[in-house]
Amino acid sequence: MNIKPISSPHVSSSRRVNDIMYKVILALLPAVGFGIILFGWSAFFLTFVTVLSALFFEAVCLKLKGGAVESYLRDGSAIVTGLLVAMTLPPYAPWWIGVVGSGLAIILGKHVYGGLGQNLFNPAMLARVALLISFPIEMTTWVNVSPFFTGLDILESFKITFSGVEISDAITGATTLGFVKTGFSQAQLLPDLLSDYSGFLAFIGWERGSLGETSTLLILLGGIWLIRQGIIQWFIPVSLLATVTVLSTLFNLIDSTNYLSAWVHLNSGALMLVAFFIATDYVTSPNTPLGQLIFGTGCGVLIFVIRSWGGYPEGTGFAVLLMNSVTPLIDHYIRPRIYGRTGDGKPIEGG
Amino acid sequence: MFEFLENPKFRGGIHAEEHKAETCDKPIATNLPLPRKLYIPVQQHVGKPAEPIVKVGEHVLKGQLLAYSQGTISAPVHAPSSGVILDVQDFPAPHPSALPIRTIVIETDGHEKWFKYAIPEKPFELEPEEICLRVGGAGVVGLGGAVFPSAVKLNLGRKNQIHTLLINAGECEPYLTCDDLLMQERAVEIVGGIRLMLRGMNAPKAIVGIEDNKPNAFKAMQAASAEFEQISVVQVPTRYPMGWDRQMLRYLTGNEIPADGRATDIGVVIHNVATAYAVYQAVCLSKPLISRVVTVSGGAVAKPQNVEVPIGTLMSEVLAFCGVENEKLARLIMGGPMMGEVLPHADVPVVKASSGILALSHEDIFEPEVKPCIRCSSCVTACPVGLLPLEMASRIKANKLDAAVDLGLKDCISCGSCSYVCPSNIPLVHYFKFASGELFSRQQREHKGEQTKRLAEERTKRMERIKAEAEEDARRVMEARAARQAAEAKAQEENA
Repeated sequence: MNIKPISSPHVSSSRRVNDIMYKVILALLPAVGFGIILFGWSAFFLTFVTVLSALFFEAVCLKLKGGAVESYLRDGSAIVTGLLVAMTLPPYAPWWIGVVGSGLAIILGKHVYGGLGQNLFNPAMLARVALLISFPIEMTTWVNVSPFFTGLDILESFKITFSGVEISDAITGATTLGFVKTGFSQAQLLPDLLSDYSGFLAFIGWERGSLGETSTLLILLGGIWLIRQGIIQWFIPVSLLATVTVLSTLFNLIDSTNYLSAWVHLNSGALMLVAFFIATDYVTSPNTPLGQLIFGTGCGVLIFVIRSWGGYPEGTGFAVLLMNSVTPLIDHYIRPRIYGRTGDGKPIEGG
Repeated sequence: MFEFLENPKFRGGIHAEEHKAETCDKPIATNLPLPRKLYIPVQQHVGKPAEPIVKVGEHVLKGQLLAYSQGTISAPVHAPSSGVILDVQDFPAPHPSALPIRTIVIETDGHEKWFKYAIPEKPFELEPEEICLRVGGAGVVGLGGAVFPSAVKLNLGRKNQIHTLLINAGECEPYLTCDDLLMQERAVEIVGGIRLMLRGMNAPKAIVGIEDNKPNAFKAMQAASAEFEQISVVQVPTRYPMGWDRQMLRYLTGNEIPADGRATDIGVVIHNVATAYAVYQAVCLSKPLISRVVTVSGGAVAKPQNVEVPIGTLMSEVLAFCGVENEKLARLIMGGPMMGEVLPHADVPVVKASSGILALSHEDIFEPEVKPCIRCSSCVTACPVGLLPLEMASRIKANKLDAAVDLGLKDCISCGSCSYVCPSNIPLVHYFKFASGELFSRQQREHKGEQTKRLAEERTKRMERIKAEAEEDARRVMEARAARQAAEAKAQEENA
């Protein structure tokens, strides 16, 4: 019989860190699967390499740190990071982009801070931004849609991923955001720039883009499922998406030739993925409802500002990292009201 | 401004596996064999311990006063059965430490002969002061677990002109069904007790809050209180910790008790439903509080049920009655699994605070390894008080107790909701209890330091005074001697 002086409670819920991580993975899989169907074998190879190297770097770091390796490796957090890194990569990126991305995310993004739960920045976004700045060509080569493996065969795809075969210009193009940004710089205007744009296809995900970011629909469904499962709360995704919607609609109403509509914003780039899966990262987002609303709104504002006036067509990575850096500040100032006290901690008046 | 983010009626909380089905539809067992020996601690309540007035070898009757209440906050204890006082000794208390406390031991004679108290003819017409006096004299204390002397609360209520008596029948702890069963079987008596409490406090109305997982108790209470329009029985949602009195008050009235105040500050007094039953027994039948209904349950109990147990019965005897399987027993708990205390062994007496004895099996207390905090803030969502358990724990880990206090450590009610939901299985409540203990001993040390300093200063002053006085005395002596010598010299001169 156990007679250690154990504190109550003596029962606990069955939900564990592992369950949370595996549910996140499950929610991501439809979008990843869709990316592979859309872009072919290369997308599969890249995802595989990225996730595997994430696990490898995680194992190495855990080993160096000492202590239990296996139980941490099984918690699924490295797979989530690897998967998210892979989803933000161009589908035909070479294998080493995936490996470097995973390395940046796991080593610099996570373990230098002390491992699980200690990092200041979202590891996947840190890797994305670092890769984008370091390897701008590889990170912005967007391949055309070639659904259901109608594009390159498995061998050619293997070469694309693993042996640095030049990607023919014939099968590449720009993303919507990139195309529009370039167009603006050449004094072209909306709506001419979007003459070929289909809002419906963008929503489904039938467009050029990062491996796992194109399908707004599937990511939205995965995110809503996570909310319903109680894994994430609605505060960040809703405030983030609402902010982008409101700002883009406002500017679109003022000047529809120079500002994209909310619908284009919502269906472009990493916005959906960031709203539901990146900005909601527990470790790097505030821990109170109000703090999360502020965080989500801040991300939304920054995304809109960078996309509209910044040098990059897509601003989600920078926006998230900037807001990550103020998370400790938000958590310091935003605290829930305590029972029997006012918002600033003084006892409420009796009687 | 951001109140919309806060549920005005209920904040946080969890829904734990209830485990109430095992016991909630079995009648209260009243056939527990009378133990040969009863161990009655003189301290079973908040406040000063009672002072024994019986002598070893003396024969006592059932219900007879054993130890009287000392001071304003205290409660007497009575003999749970007739017999001979065997000893007044130190005996292990039902506490995680099982440290011995002063305990009266009775060897029962099996006659169960009652001490004769006068029974009031019209109990519901007694003066309020008289009701309080009888409640206090019967040793009634809060049976929800806080064991605060009930008469003190009634007097406080009368003096503060309260408008509502809230009867807490939440019983939100998993496993426990003793209040449920009491309401199912003895609702009329409980309603009688509530009426007496209302009269004792001159209060106009009472609300009984019952969690909606106790439909039978709700029906019984509604039927019993139907003819008394001052008593309303309402259902509240089943969500732990609904039975936290301040939580139930907020749910039912929308008001909060100030952090530095009492319920009476906002015109409310809160009593547990089992206390109402004890009040009825005390006033209408002149029966002191000498037994209580205890839930005996858990995976290691073959016949889980509620048992009416004389105070002072060893828990081991109650467990044997319910068929405890020792090989399955992983942890023994007094109270519920969320806030109850671990007991090192079962050879401790049932006391007024013992609402449940849980013999939990290994399956019941499944405990995976502790992982790092992933800041998922499940604990923030679960906290009914509005604290940031993860932040408090990280401060305490870094030994920054003052920072934890700034975050509201002292408002923590140890309900365990945060630890329950933590996916990393971090023992958050353990941290908070540790920190509170540390703060307490630090306070004690500071107090002791101040006392020492004060005494040392006083001593220095005293010594200086003594020294000064001694010098003064010496000077006077010298002067006197000098004067005498001068006088003698003068006399000699004159003589010469």
